[in-house]
Amino acid sequence: MKAARKLLDSIRPHFEKGGKLEKFYPAYDAFETFAFVPGHTTHAGAHIRDGIDLKRTMVTVIFAMVPALLFGIWNVGFQHFTALGTIDTKEFLDLMLFGSWKVLPMVVVSYGVGLTVEFIFGIIKKHSINEGYLVSGMLIPLIMPVDIPLWMVAVSVVFAVVIGKEVFGGTGMNILNPALTARAFAFFAYPSWMSGDKVWVNTADGAVVDGYSGATILGNLATTGTTGSAYADWSVAEMVIGTIPGSIGETSKIAILIGAAILLVTGIASWRIMLASAVGALTMGFIFNLAAPHMITEVQRNFMAIPYWQHLIIGSWMFATVFMATDPVSAAQTPTGKLWYGFLIGFLGIMIRVFNPAYPEGMMLAILLMNVFAPTIDHYVVESNVKRRLKRVKAVAQ
Amino acid sequence: MQELLNIFVKSIFVENMIFAYFLGMCSYLAVSKTVKTAVGLGAAVIFVLGVTVPVNWLLENYVLQQGALAKWLGPTFAEVDLSFLSFIMFIAVIASIVQLVEMVVEKFAPALYSALGIFLPLIAVNCSILGGALFMQERAYGTITEATVYGLGSGIGWFLAIVAIAAIREKIKYSNVPAPLRGLGITFILTGLMGIAFMSFMGIKL
Repeated sequence: MKAARKLLDSIRPHFEKGGKLEKFYPAYDAFETFAFVPGHTTHAGAHIRDGIDLKRTMVTVIFAMVPALLFGIWNVGFQHFTALGTIDTKEFLDLMLFGSWKVLPMVVVSYGVGLTVEFIFGIIKKHSINEGYLVSGMLIPLIMPVDIPLWMVAVSVVFAVVIGKEVFGGTGMNILNPALTARAFAFFAYPSWMSGDKVWVNTADGAVVDGYSGATILGNLATTGTTGSAYADWSVAEMVIGTIPGSIGETSKIAILIGAAILLVTGIASWRIMLASAVGALTMGFIFNLAAPHMITEVQRNFMAIPYWQHLIIGSWMFATVFMATDPVSAAQTPTGKLWYGFLIGFLGIMIRVFNPAYPEGMMLAILLMNVFAPTIDHYVVESNVKRRLKRVKAVAQ
Repeated sequence: MQELLNIFVKSIFVENMIFAYFLGMCSYLAVSKTVKTAVGLGAAVIFVLGVTVPVNWLLENYVLQQGALAKWLGPTFAEVDLSFLSFIMFIAVIASIVQLVEMVVEKFAPALYSALGIFLPLIAVNCSILGGALFMQERAYGTITEATVYGLGSGIGWFLAIVAIAAIREKIKYSNVPAPLRGLGITFILTGLMGIAFMSFMGIKL
């Protein structure tokens, strides 16, 4: 530790005003504050004395994502060897190794490209480099299908960081969630790599077993109205544990719940948004249950008739609600607004998933849509507070 | 009933005037600095669309279409086709109704009137209003109720778009947007991003 401090101190003059590398001060600053508690204090504006700062918040969120990441790595290997029919001969370590070989390059590309863009912007605009991207950079690989080419990840990351975040002034200023912006970009730019039944399980190097299908549960539901296919019929236990095809991080509900517990105990994510989103999703699921017998096509009747609580363990509802909807920057800011925001995310997410034939999953677009309307919700919540208090003041005055 | 609901939801979300057709952009960009004026202009657009589309529907079906005159002037007019006049007729109707709205707003909401300024008379040349009338003609809605529902729905879609962007612009007032992008530039980027979010409704069929 001391050696690192010494090294940083010895190169510091190069980066300060007048130094050779003055332009790169934001980069130096980022490394220094990453390793050590900064030596300066806040000197402008109102501030609160608290042990938690942006860096610690972000690191906690990353810790919360680790279970989902580890399970995702394991599941990539598990799905791969199951598809090839060689799962019985493989050890736990084989699965982890194969999964790491697939997932870690995505993490590296996402962080490498994203942080490079952030550094460039930080140096040109002379603002310090924030830790905001640490979370987005981890989320992006977790919400991508495993077979997506790395350059697509890179292009989506550049789009998300530049258009989704930096043009608004960087961390804390963005309107849309950057990780979801990256995914939406990839989804609309390269649809054949982001949906369908070929991309969720890596089967590139070998013959698959007879009758194999790599479709996700929602993919099956949209085409046949049942959760399983002739190849595999997924049980509720499998959906909860997560041994199913899907985006890398979304499959294991247990891992996500561990993350949710970390976020809730530390108070970093809003319980209001999570709860309201669950209520919204259950409400919509319940409405679909009631409406199911009146639908025209058989597929729709079956799809709508799945028990309403199962919507919570199918697809990405849980991952999106825990890690995406609760993003403190792009969510609604007021407590009442958070309830509305969360409710509408759950409600619309399930509605798009079941109702819209164009998309097998709706959570991504539901959250983006509510990101757009979050400032409107906040505006009206504040407005109604102002009105109520004015009324109270008038009542007292009379 | 189902058909009406279908038209209503479609015109608000799926075929949103701003995010699907990019119509009525000028006032959408210019008057979206505060939520209050945006709500005012949005309400005016809802009203104008809700009135002009059915009036233009009547014109279309009883004057302009081929054989429309024959419905009430007798079979000698069965061959007359006045649809080449539709642009000028639609615009005339829109302009006169906008005049009416302007007088009403000036009388009952003078604060809003001065806030909207030049943009209220400019509703007359707002592309989404003429667009509404022309879409009505192109899609050949069967009854006047359908046309009214369509007009109101597109107005509400436009209203939602302008209120959402106004609230966002009030929020990003505090953002450190790069100097070259401040003002209109960032608003264009925002509109594009909002368009991505509105893609969630593409393809919904009722």
